[in-house]
Amino acid sequence: MSGTFVGMPAFPEAARAAVDDATLRGNLRHATHTIRAKRAGAVAELADWAELREAGRRIKDHTLRHLDRYLEQLEASVTAAGGTVHWAADADEANRIVARLVEETGESEVVKVKSMATQEIGLNEALEAEGIRAYETDLAELIVQLGKDRPSHILVPAIHRNRGEIREIFAHEMAAWGRPAPENLTDTPADLAEAARLHLREKFLRARVGVSGANFMVAETGTLVVVESEGNGRMCLTLPETLISVVGIEKIVPTWRDLEVFLQTLPRSSTAERMNPYTSMWTGTTDEDGPRAFHLVLLDNGRTDALADQVGRQALRCIRCSACLNVCPVYERAGGHAYGSVYPGPIGAILSPQLRGTGSEIDASLPYASSLCGACYEVCPVAIDIPEVLVHLRERVVEGGPAVRGGNKVVLRPAKGHAAERAAMRAAAWAFGHPGALGTGQRLASRSRRLHPRTLPGPGRAWSHTRDLPTLPAEPFRDWWQRTRGGKDAK
Amino acid sequence: MNSRERILGRVRRALADVPAGERPYEEAVPRDYLREHGERTVEESVDLLAENLADYRAIVHRADAADLPLLITRLLAARGAEEVLVPPGLPDWWMTAADPVRIHDRAELTPQRLDRVGSVVTGCAVAIAETGTLVLDGSPDQGRRRISLIPDHHICVVRVPSQVVASVPQALERLAPTRPLTWISGPSATSDIELDRVEGVHGPRTLEVILLDG
Ligand code: SF4
Repeated sequence: MSGTFVGMPAFPEAARAAVDDATLRGNLRHATHTIRAKRAGAVAELADWAELREAGRRIKDHTLRHLDRYLEQLEASVTAAGGTVHWAADADEANRIVARLVEETGESEVVKVKSMATQEIGLNEALEAEGIRAYETDLAELIVQLGKDRPSHILVPAIHRNRGEIREIFAHEMAAWGRPAPENLTDTPADLAEAARLHLREKFLRARVGVSGANFMVAETGTLVVVESEGNGRMCLTLPETLISVVGIEKIVPTWRDLEVFLQTLPRSSTAERMNPYTSMWTGTTDEDGPRAFHLVLLDNGRTDALADQVGRQALRCIRCSACLNVCPVYERAGGHAYGSVYPGPIGAILSPQLRGTGSEIDASLPYASSLCGACYEVCPVAIDIPEVLVHLRERVVEGGPAVRGGNKVVLRPAKGHAAERAAMRAAAWAFGHPGALGTGQRLASRSRRLHPRTLPGPGRAWSHTRDLPTLPAEPFRDWWQRTRGGKDAK
Repeated sequence: MNSRERILGRVRRALADVPAGERPYEEAVPRDYLREHGERTVEESVDLLAENLADYRAIVHRADAADLPLLITRLLAARGAEEVLVPPGLPDWWMTAADPVRIHDRAELTPQRLDRVGSVVTGCAVAIAETGTLVLDGSPDQGRRRISLIPDHHICVVRVPSQVVASVPQALERLAPTRPLTWISGPSATSDIELDRVEGVHGPRTLEVILLDG
């Protein structure tokens, strides 16, 4: 039987392909487990982790609840420091602004720091259409760009590629983009990194326009912050004459002092380091140091729609540390590409349907791309209750109701009735109506860590297994949980 | 209506549920996290800085004023450096024993020219013990951001204990947001290939830190 509900097959089908790909699964598994273990150690070093997490949550919540005020303050402080602020309501407008700014410099190529916002709006493709070539300079982004691929992880976008594959990509593709890979390139990480260094250095040294995102913007001072490891960020932020930063409007913190919270929680949550190798902070322009022109493009592109959702807006607290990806049993199996968005994993499952709406198949299916085990909430350094938002979005998909799209109030129609999602809703509703089951099933990260289902858990399992949907999960969530965990553990 | 007004209008409509007299920022954010983790004497903080720097593969040396010029000379010689980049306000006496030709960073020098220089010597603004971080703020003994980036070998001199703080909160208190800031924790590194850490992709591959007493 084929699915009749418009939204269903997208994530599960994409995920099924990934689950069948043994190399991908091996790479992902190695990566997520390695980072996960290291992160726990880095967090344990700080006795006040719970307090830092709470402060981070409150700072971001407060900022979001008064976002208009902080946006105006930020605009004023960036302008006073010599920068120029532009506002972009959607992806097209942001791309047009950036393309125009590049054209005004007379240049036809730009160097880019890895940025999720520019991926979200498809900036590279838009610039290409205007005859402007954008070079990704983060090593992993370079691997992705040369491999004509898409990123699969927020932090390590080429996590799905192993060293042999990377060697092949470099050897075959570098020449078309600039300096070719050295002859007799081996697949050792040091050799591969050296090849990237040589290939990109010639671009950095001649670049006249840099494009970046930012991890934080300080309203009080107009300071932007970029956190990175390799130094490609520093190259792009300081060597060109013009710097254009495209940043989501939710990335604000009110005061300079607030950075003391996030500069402690972000590195430890993401790369499990006490501090990432490089952090750059700049405020407008500085005479004789760095770019002479600085443009900040403030991006909405669905963020205000998410802000209008009182349950869902907490997703805008996200600082993109990627900790939630690394603990997610669904992500580990399905891989980042299955989420059909630059935001994969648990955060992607709640952010994408809010930024883009639930009109497409993939977006309507994303709220189901989870086992609701709660591990993502446990690790999140700004305490986003991802399971709560998932269930809220499932309700919206199935029952419809009021929402805001493109700044306008709309009433969403319920998705067409379908046994699978009704069963899915019953399972979720049951679990949320039974605090005991919720407690054991949802919020025990230690237990979820032992869950390694061969197929997707939850409704995803049904979809990835079989299309005979009507007969499937008509049993209580807890029984289903017990049954599928037993015997399905990958040893 | 322009996009600025459109976006601000959307934000305001989206926040219609937020009560007008909501708690102000000062009350909304609890600051009950620690200003510093653990209690350490000044010497212990310096030791922790050295330990954390080394843990992230920086090479740490200690010196007093009498040793410093010779130490710098020795480190440059070990690299075979013929030219060394220096910021305009680097104390002259640091380099009195140095053989390599000193290249003064002037605005006219192109990045390509700087790329031919193997080593750079700078001071720093603040060093953070708990995280093993050096912060440069563009003061005359540190220079433009690019000079600590392009050469493959960076020697950074930290005055101890006066430039050492325990923690990130203490560092931010000392720094001026109006200056361009570069926080450096170990040499450039990547873990993008199967999560194996490799030093040096684009920034200096070797970071040597001299803890200068007094
Ligand atoms: S949702 Fe939380 S854990 Fe996930 S990336 Fe965002 S901040 Fe990190």
